Amino acid sequence: MPVRVIIPTPLRPFAGKRDHVEVAAQTVGEALASLISQHGELRRHLYQDDGRLRSFVNVYVNDEDIRYLQKESTPLREGDTVSIVPSIAGGSTEIPVSGRTCALPQFALRENRQDCLFYRER
Amino acid sequence: MAAKTAPPGPASAAPLSKEEILRYSRHLIMPEVGMEGQLKLKQARVLLIGTGGLGAPLGLYLAAAGVGHLGLVDFDVVDFTNLQRQVTFGTADVGRRKVEAARERLSNLNPAIDITVHETMLTSANALELFRDYDIIVDGTDNFPTRYLVNDACVLSGKINVYGSIFRFEGQATVFGYPGGPCYRCLYPEPPPPGLVPSCAEGGVLGVLPGIVGSIQAMETIKLILGSGESLVGRLLLFDALRMRFRELKLRKNPDCPVCGEHPTVTELIDYQEFCGIRGQEAAPTVSVPEITPKELKARLDRGGDLFILDVREPHEYQICNLQGYLIPLGDLPRRASELDSSREIVAHCRSGKRSADAVDFLRKAGFRKIWNLKGGILAWSDEVDPKVPKY
Repeated sequence: MPVRVIIPTPLRPFAGKRDHVEVAAQTVGEALASLISQHGELRRHLYQDDGRLRSFVNVYVNDEDIRYLQKESTPLREGDTVSIVPSIAGGSTEIPVSGRTCALPQFALRENRQDCLFYRER
Repeated sequence: MAAKTAPPGPASAAPLSKEEILRYSRHLIMPEVGMEGQLKLKQARVLLIGTGGLGAPLGLYLAAAGVGHLGLVDFDVVDFTNLQRQVTFGTADVGRRKVEAARERLSNLNPAIDITVHETMLTSANALELFRDYDIIVDGTDNFPTRYLVNDACVLSGKINVYGSIFRFEGQATVFGYPGGPCYRCLYPEPPPPGLVPSCAEGGVLGVLPGIVGSIQAMETIKLILGSGESLVGRLLLFDALRMRFRELKLRKNPDCPVCGEHPTVTELIDYQEFCGIRGQEAAPTVSVPEITPKELKARLDRGGDLFILDVREPHEYQICNLQGYLIPLGDLPRRASELDSSREIVAHCRSGKRSADAVDFLRKAGFRKIWNLKGGILAWSDEVDPKVPKY
């Protein structure tokens, strides 16, 4: 089934700056797997090491939260829209900084941990 | 879920003065507001958490609309980088306390309302006490710990939480904590661990975006006070400014929610820095690498030293100002390190010295030995060596 997966602004740097991709999938899990097969960096942003979806990333089929459907087994129909909706916290004070730092395995999650949540470079 | 009931408040109110009737005449002639609605606004008590990007339109519109009691919570000082979006403040306010500058501006806009300023950081120790005197709490903060704190304090004290957040070109808005409706933790039980997206990707915000999202929060607040229309309770509004698209998703109350569910495990306010995984990290130094101060660098360059200046910022930052260094953005460094000559002495710099510390650490691990980090980055260079270099 061709479906559209909408990629939110914060994850676009890890998806070739795409705002959506079209994939063929029968379920939400398949759609996300297909997305990750195209953009491998997204995996660690969407899934924990144990393979479960991260708790600050919600996934919707059309306007329904998959937590209240059949989670990743939720079936998809042609033309469905799968939305990835991460929590964002900004309200006022972000300043420009490189996003790619965090995309790099050798920098992310270690050296840059403290930088990333509230990056205030001053 | 349609929410049509106004929050409980005192039923009787002092009538409007002649001046107030004139001031609010465009409200009064609308049947949806009318005298009854305007008196509800006058009786309402709304607390704004944050007077920044979201707080600016919130404060201005709620004051202009005649919300009778506004509370402002902020501990920050106005700086030049705020003026691009925090339209409450003017250039002359730079250096002033935000709550004081905001009080002055809002009082000037509408002298008929009461404004209480709380010049403090919202904490687990003061949140419940602060919330007590207000009907509606509006979340205009900019970080996860405060958002979870605002949410939990609203649930525990039965207050409505008008929520908005922004990231670059994208915004979210909804109403949490309405009786029977979902809360923030129903949507996101836990914050992202530090270091993972979404918050670490390219920052920055287009100045108009908080204006739009904050205005949506102001509209929702006024509707809740009036008890009219259909509020965002149970709906998450998503706004993509680049594509100029609004979408909405269903929000459900989670029966397993740790704070508002059937068997809550969070029954009092907790340590939200720790909850968000930040405790201890603020004090942790970044990677420790050899450094050179701006003055030392200047002296060596003046002596004609053969130094290679490596700028690890982004190209758009290079355009703002530069030290005529060789530009390799930090993210490209692993791929492009071969462009560097490890036999030469290299000084790496960025804006403040953090990213270039990562770059120096990376290059040292790659075998570079004669490499230093410019301490304090181009900001310190501007302060200590060449004030003509603009700071950003």
